[in-house]
Amino acid sequence: MSVSKPLPHDAAPLHVTGQARYVDDIPVPGDCLHLAFGVSRIARGRIASMDLAPVRAAPGVVMVLSAEDFDVIPDCSPSAHDEPLVSDGTIHYAGQPLFLVVADSHLRARKAAALAVVDYEEEAPILTVEEALAAGSRFEEGPRVYAKGDVEAALARAPRVIEGRIEVGGQEHFYLEGQAALALPQEGGDMVVHSSSQHPTEIQHKVADALGLPMNAVRVEVRRMGGGFGGKESQGNHLAIACAVAAARSGRPAKMRYDRDDDFVITGKRHDIRVDYRVGVDDEGRLLAVDFTHYMRCGWSMDLSLPVADRAMLHADNAYDLPAARITSHRLKTNHQSATAYRGFGGPQGMVGIERVMDHVAHALGRDPLEVRCLNYYPEAPVESAGDRIFGKMKEGKRLETADLAGRGAMKVKETAGRGERYGAAHSPVTAGGKEGVTPYGMPVEDFILHALTDRLAEGCDYAGRRAAIAEWNAGQPVLKRGIALTPVKFGISFTLTHLNQAGALVHVYQDGSIHLNHGGTEMGQGLFQKVAQVAAHRFGVGMDRVKITATDTGKVPNTSATAASSGSDLNGMAVKAACDEIRGRIAAHLAGVFGDDDINFGDGCVYIGHDHTLSFEEAVQMAYLARVSLSATGFYKTPKIEWDRIAGRGRPFFYFAYGAACSEVVIDTLTGENRILRTDIIHDCGASLNPALDIGQIEGGFVQGAGWLTTEELVWDGKGTLRTHAPSTYKIPACSDRPDVFNVALWDGANREETIYRSKAVGEPPFMLGISVLMALSDACAACGPQYPELQAPATAEAVLAAVDRARGA
Amino acid sequence: METRFLLNGEPRVAATDATVTLLDWLREEARLTGTKEGCNEGDCGACTVMVTDADGTSRALNACILFMGQLEGRAVRTVEGIAGPGGEMHPVQEAMVAHHGSQCGFCTPGFVVSMAVAHLNGRRDHDDQLAGNLCRCTGYAPIVRAAEAAEDAPVPDWMRQDAETLGDPAFIFPQIRPSGAPPAVSPTSSDALAEWYAAHPDAALIAGATDVGLWVTKGLRDLAPVAFLNRCADLRRIVSDTETIRIGATVTMTELGAVFADRHPSLAELIRRYGSVQVRNAATIGGNIANGSPIGDSPPALIALGARLHLRKGEARREMPLEAFFLEYGKQDRAPGEFVEAVSVPVQADRLACYKLSKRFDQDISAVCGCFNVTVEEGVVTAARIAFGGMAGVPKRAAAVEAALLGQPWSEATVTAAQARFAEDFTPLSDMRASAAYRLRAAEGMLMRYFRESRGEAVSVLEVRV
Repeated sequence: MSVSKPLPHDAAPLHVTGQARYVDDIPVPGDCLHLAFGVSRIARGRIASMDLAPVRAAPGVVMVLSAEDFDVIPDCSPSAHDEPLVSDGTIHYAGQPLFLVVADSHLRARKAAALAVVDYEEEAPILTVEEALAAGSRFEEGPRVYAKGDVEAALARAPRVIEGRIEVGGQEHFYLEGQAALALPQEGGDMVVHSSSQHPTEIQHKVADALGLPMNAVRVEVRRMGGGFGGKESQGNHLAIACAVAAARSGRPAKMRYDRDDDFVITGKRHDIRVDYRVGVDDEGRLLAVDFTHYMRCGWSMDLSLPVADRAMLHADNAYDLPAARITSHRLKTNHQSATAYRGFGGPQGMVGIERVMDHVAHALGRDPLEVRCLNYYPEAPVESAGDRIFGKMKEGKRLETADLAGRGAMKVKETAGRGERYGAAHSPVTAGGKEGVTPYGMPVEDFILHALTDRLAEGCDYAGRRAAIAEWNAGQPVLKRGIALTPVKFGISFTLTHLNQAGALVHVYQDGSIHLNHGGTEMGQGLFQKVAQVAAHRFGVGMDRVKITATDTGKVPNTSATAASSGSDLNGMAVKAACDEIRGRIAAHLAGVFGDDDINFGDGCVYIGHDHTLSFEEAVQMAYLARVSLSATGFYKTPKIEWDRIAGRGRPFFYFAYGAACSEVVIDTLTGENRILRTDIIHDCGASLNPALDIGQIEGGFVQGAGWLTTEELVWDGKGTLRTHAPSTYKIPACSDRPDVFNVALWDGANREETIYRSKAVGEPPFMLGISVLMALSDACAACGPQYPELQAPATAEAVLAAVDRARGA
Repeated sequence: METRFLLNGEPRVAATDATVTLLDWLREEARLTGTKEGCNEGDCGACTVMVTDADGTSRALNACILFMGQLEGRAVRTVEGIAGPGGEMHPVQEAMVAHHGSQCGFCTPGFVVSMAVAHLNGRRDHDDQLAGNLCRCTGYAPIVRAAEAAEDAPVPDWMRQDAETLGDPAFIFPQIRPSGAPPAVSPTSSDALAEWYAAHPDAALIAGATDVGLWVTKGLRDLAPVAFLNRCADLRRIVSDTETIRIGATVTMTELGAVFADRHPSLAELIRRYGSVQVRNAATIGGNIANGSPIGDSPPALIALGARLHLRKGEARREMPLEAFFLEYGKQDRAPGEFVEAVSVPVQADRLACYKLSKRFDQDISAVCGCFNVTVEEGVVTAARIAFGGMAGVPKRAAAVEAALLGQPWSEATVTAAQARFAEDFTPLSDMRASAAYRLRAAEGMLMRYFRESRGEAVSVLEVRV
């Protein structure tokens, strides 16, 4: 059984010895060219004049390209064709590429790029939410609105209405490997591109478009990225296109990597958001209606902002059954870097809004925030629903017993479980009007497990006991205050653009029994290759040492979707399974004919034919080869059940939900606002984990990244729209000592109700939002300073915390 | 310029310009691509290498801001040399695999080198040893688990090889065949430096290169002429008697922290949070003062201790209170050709508390750095030296606050009254680190913290444990 084993990352030995190869490590011919952009220093206006003669005269410069050097400036946008490779004369943000330097070394290209003499006709940039609203500067014709029930009527009837606002900053991806690409010109004008990209097919498409070639003339290879986090879904386009153009024009290999400061200044980041809310509640804290308004600054171009903002709306409910809800989303066009995909893709931003609401409501009613959260949870899913092969294992902590997952068939239901115990009755109130358990976008929540998961976490980490102990400790402390919060995550899995939910794979079995596989997913550290290899080894019943996955290659598997939306192993695992099963079926059919027995089983490195015959896997493969059986197959998968109308805001955008919850404890200094995480406990739902070690790695890392987003990571633009935090010296991602002192992570035991690969669940994004527990714990600590609601904003830097302490005190 | 050094145990001669970085040379010339460029400014640690000196000391340094000219006669070990000669993994490498310490793998070589150096030096304070290595994937927990798992494994022989080779009297680097390029200026005494610098007052002096390195990697400047100070042995001396501690200009921050560990633990703690291991191993006290940063972090602490600065130009020497050196933002009382020779600190009872406020605790630049040295005798304030970084264009004393404390009873009322005087002392700026208003609030809060700490109350979030 290779599936479900906690195997290390397949490339770990290469990582630790420095042998793992990234784009900039690929040996290149000595005549390789190196590229750098010259960028705008102003945020909005026009190029009045641009003297590039000093750039051309700089040592080592081979070519300088600006708008006038193109008949049509290549487009780099993943959506609206609104991102020219170099400025067409208009300037939309400080950092926008104006021209491209091609030189004989990376350093010389950078030095030359600084020599241009640019005169600008400067215009007042649109930077703030207010400025964008006033100017009507937005994407789409107006705000998107998704709604359920009569919000105004429910608000009018509600015993209490609570209003507030939270502003949440953006986030720089800070993948350790900056953006990079390498183009190698081929005979006949073809191009091979190595790119640090989550989306090889898009690189292929955009490069082909830039060069005026069909897609079959461009092959893109991605062996691995040094981190992606969404930042390499579209932001690598510029570099790949620039390299391809330079390589095509010069006939020489061309490489481009952004210096870290350029990477900060040029590329997009997580969207910041302002969430305004009006909430109607009853005296117990049950939400009767919620009216959210989202304001997202999308930056200068469309990029992926529409689906990002959509996903924020789709997570405005998080885990809570809202009888009436309206989410109004403004997608504002501003003179900043174009905000882009980032782990969670808007989901975290939407989720912070409702978690703030829960915190605020609890404070207003003087209740424990966890009680208010649980009171509003969606109903627990029934464990066995009619006709489905559903199983869940809720409380006892044993791993689900299943039949052979690799085998033909159904997995037996061995366990039943009821609703969560402690909150069981109160959790699922009959809501007044409206259908229970249906999201604001009309999707029934059929797999909700957070009642039981929350119970187990709260008991396991002694939430109640510690909450009391903290209150007592705080009473004796004049300077320091602690806080604690337990917050849930419910995250929808699938691309909301339905057609992206497809994947392909290519599997070869060689005569010696070794297996080579490719799939459409890319490896950025998440361990996708290892998980998929585990699936393949499992299907053939062989050891992992027989399976090799090589670089993702558009020539091997075409028309891939981005490795994004947490979908990598869900989609590619299934595609690989299909390909393996095709080959396995052919081998089995051949052996059945030879031995006259169709009871063929693959396992333990062998093929068992009935009770009498056993072949080694390679013997079986050789027999098939000699009998001229094809040992190569493609596999394909498309996610079932999903359909989505993003304009109406209706449908089933998600195949299923992934769940988790975190309890964090923090301490703040009320004299300066300094703060730390003391302890975090997490239970997270990966379904039946394909690889518990890799999944826990995603959870630990996702949590810390999410906590960083909401605490130390502050993007600061000045009044002219220049990014002032453009390097790790000024932009602070969590360092080693910022992880919680005590950090416990456990996997929820339970299989996915839906038929995913071995009933596992996606894990890339959901744990990121466990970091919200830190923000809410900080809010709790601030609230310990005085009677008012602290209205803590994010990121909760020391400065923001001190401001919240002041508000709590009524100062 | 030719530089002779050991690279993964083998003698090498590199012919480069003086300010080519080791990272660029490794990746582009030596084709050793295991060492990664993550930020090119010494803030992420992806380029960490081990450098061993002739005295046998091995330390972690950032190769991206380490110039080839600094390497003469030293030994460099990259991630490729952390595994054994037969390819056998180092215990920290094995532990990183077993404990899932790598995900994307890009930061991993730097972590592995930092961990291997810490392992060699017997360090188990992993959070500090790894503060200069950023990882975006793992959340650090598995990396620390790996470091802990490898703690008790014996140090592999090859990790001691560089110290043994350099310390072997029979070892001599191969003769250099002159390439015709001008040799690096690398004086071996402060006298030689003084003479050369007086004749080349426009030169850049390079000690640790943690600041000057960025002039090259980010400012894209061509520095010439330059002199490397790391071979001036007498500039690295620490001399103390019953009255003063005199600290040579090229004493590193790592060494400075050790000097004050017992005398002024709060200063040692401040230095623990100065940059990272890699930065502290390179950065020097002289550089930290001479570059005139408005923040510090050591100048405000040293000013609070009443330190004096020793300058030299040619044969002429002069000294002044450290605070007098900082004239205004970007301007110091230093003549062309004049350099910082030493700083001296009076020996005194420890009353010093240093408070560093930054967005992140480790490896960050202070928004506000407040250093307090207040003498209370029989309940009355009899002396007060309070200095701040980050509150003005220079590190500066809080004269009005000091005056408000002097002669007053050491009480909350006195402190509250004195807090109001900060606005007379400072008109801080708003920038990406903090707003002006917050800086003032924080400075006031630090004074109260100093008071409450003197009363034995818990004031530090860093000391709270669950």
